Amino acid sequence: MTMTSKFSVLVLGGALLCGSLVATLAADKAVEPKKAAETKPTVETKKAETPPPQKVATAVVDAYLKSTFGRAPPEWQARIEPDESMKVCNATRNQPSHAEADKIMASELKRVEFPADGKFLGDWKEGAKIANNGRGGQFSDDDKTVNGGNCYACHQMEKAEVSFGTLGPSLTNYGRDRKYDAAEIKQAYTKIYNSQAVIACSNMPRFGTNKFLSEQQIKDVMAFLFDPESPVNK
Amino acid sequence: MRFAAIGSALVAVALCAMPLKSQAQDASEKEIERYRAMISDPMSNPGFLAVDRGEILWSEKRGTKNVSLEGCDLGLGAGKLEGAFAKLPRYFKDADKVMDLEQRLLWCMQTVQGLDTKDVVARRFSGPGKASDMEDLVAYIANKSSGMKIDVQLSHPKELEMAAVGEELFHRRGGVMDFACSTCHGSEGKRIRLQALPDLSKPGKEPQDTMASWPTYRVSQGALRTMQHRLWDCYRQQRWPVPDYGSDGITALTVYLNKMAQGGEIAVPSIKR
Ligand code: HEC
Ligand code: HEC
Repeated sequence: MTMTSKFSVLVLGGALLCGSLVATLAADKAVEPKKAAETKPTVETKKAETPPPQKVATAVVDAYLKSTFGRAPPEWQARIEPDESMKVCNATRNQPSHAEADKIMASELKRVEFPADGKFLGDWKEGAKIANNGRGGQFSDDDKTVNGGNCYACHQMEKAEVSFGTLGPSLTNYGRDRKYDAAEIKQAYTKIYNSQAVIACSNMPRFGTNKFLSEQQIKDVMAFLFDPESPVNK
Repeated sequence: MRFAAIGSALVAVALCAMPLKSQAQDASEKEIERYRAMISDPMSNPGFLAVDRGEILWSEKRGTKNVSLEGCDLGLGAGKLEGAFAKLPRYFKDADKVMDLEQRLLWCMQTVQGLDTKDVVARRFSGPGKASDMEDLVAYIANKSSGMKIDVQLSHPKELEMAAVGEELFHRRGGVMDFACSTCHGSEGKRIRLQALPDLSKPGKEPQDTMASWPTYRVSQGALRTMQHRLWDCYRQQRWPVPDYGSDGITALTVYLNKMAQGGEIAVPSIKR
């Protein structure tokens, strides 16, 4: 019982020392800005190769999904219903054959809507905020949550931002390196709107096609990458 | 007494100072390792309070039958706790089902104790002013396997099915971001923002260290958390629907993860960010 008081000392001490920090961490939003460093050192170890996939009937997997998510609201269950491309990505563990990949890219390209006004670039300052915002789409969000692009979860962008993930390549100097070329701009818009129109089974979200970001938000993020004034290109 | 107090202060300092060190991660890793060793000391890990509470709950008479959980068989015989967690999830003949510890406890509450588990399930994850029987019981029971190795059970066909389905679920993409577990835990040395992501897609030290350290006391949440909570939280980050507590999908993933973690030496409750 005396232990309790000792631990409250710990909790209290923690709160005093870093109250706001602990509060930020509490939400465990992995993609919130300025995350704490991992407490666990990354140990380099040699590992076995990925084992070959275990075979199991699709109907069996579907039954498990039903019993696990079947009580979620119908619109939520619809979100995990794979479309044609996703079915192939799932079945091949993101390693489609050449023919399958071509088919995915062709059909996903048809799902890209280019801006009617022909303008690909919005406001880079807004884009910076969108790139930094990892919110939205989680069952803990409410209706008022503004979806973010979450780009920093996976990409390095402006050099001053040290809290960036490494699931995707670095995008520093993205526009400058591409000489702000019009074809590159269109290609990047396509990529962000629907990553799979460029690389089949890409791990990057399909922000436009999945209606996660609006056209304006994508334009703003595009400006963050391609405006010469953007810190990405400084 | 004094040691514990000093320890606590150090823990607080260590855990709070870490984000500042992010730019000098390498330099700080040794330090972190030192604090880690220190905080696995039962005297300064609040997770052990949950262990104590769980011990009381385990022997408390409850339900319409007014009996304790001591008549509950976790796989090694009624009331036998030493090493039981190391072999969970496993197939239980009486229920004709593969169950993880939490599913099994709910089953025992219902069938052995005759307890209506609605309230227990409602309090599955503790919060301010809301204690969780499940978290406390898991802490107590899992602690009885500390020092033992993860021994995944794959002899019954239903256990094999669980492992296979778990692997499928691990790679199954969906949701508004097309994420799967493997998007974040599918290759080595990746991180999201600054958080290192364990590669859980192949057998090895990373899944071993991961699975052998749950349940854990999460300092950021001020609570002991179980694997059910971790996977609930990862499905949230995956932008998937809420998974049901104690559902078969979560157990399937746990079997698969334990298969990757086979042989990892259990040290729980641990303490994490
Ligand atoms: C879950 C991780 C993830 C997120 C989030 C993400 N990306 Fe990506 N991105 C990738 C990966 C992985 C690639 C590498 C190519 C591929 O697999 O498609 C990539 C490639 C790119 C490329 C092409 C890079 C090149 O080689 O020319 C651009 C541009 C890009 N991302 C922009 C963005 C923007 C802008 C955002 C935020 C709106 C974003 N990404 C969010 C994972 C991600
Ligand atoms: C969007 C990225 C993302 C996805 C998708 C994701 N996770 Fe995680 N996962 C994380 C992060 C971030 C952590 C916390 C790492 C930390 O704090 O050390 C984590 C932690 C974990 C841990 C505990 C690691 C430890 O060492 O304590 C396990 C186990 C885990 N995830 C399993 C899964 C499984 C299974 C799935 C699929 C249902 C999944 N994750 C999906 C990002 C993700």
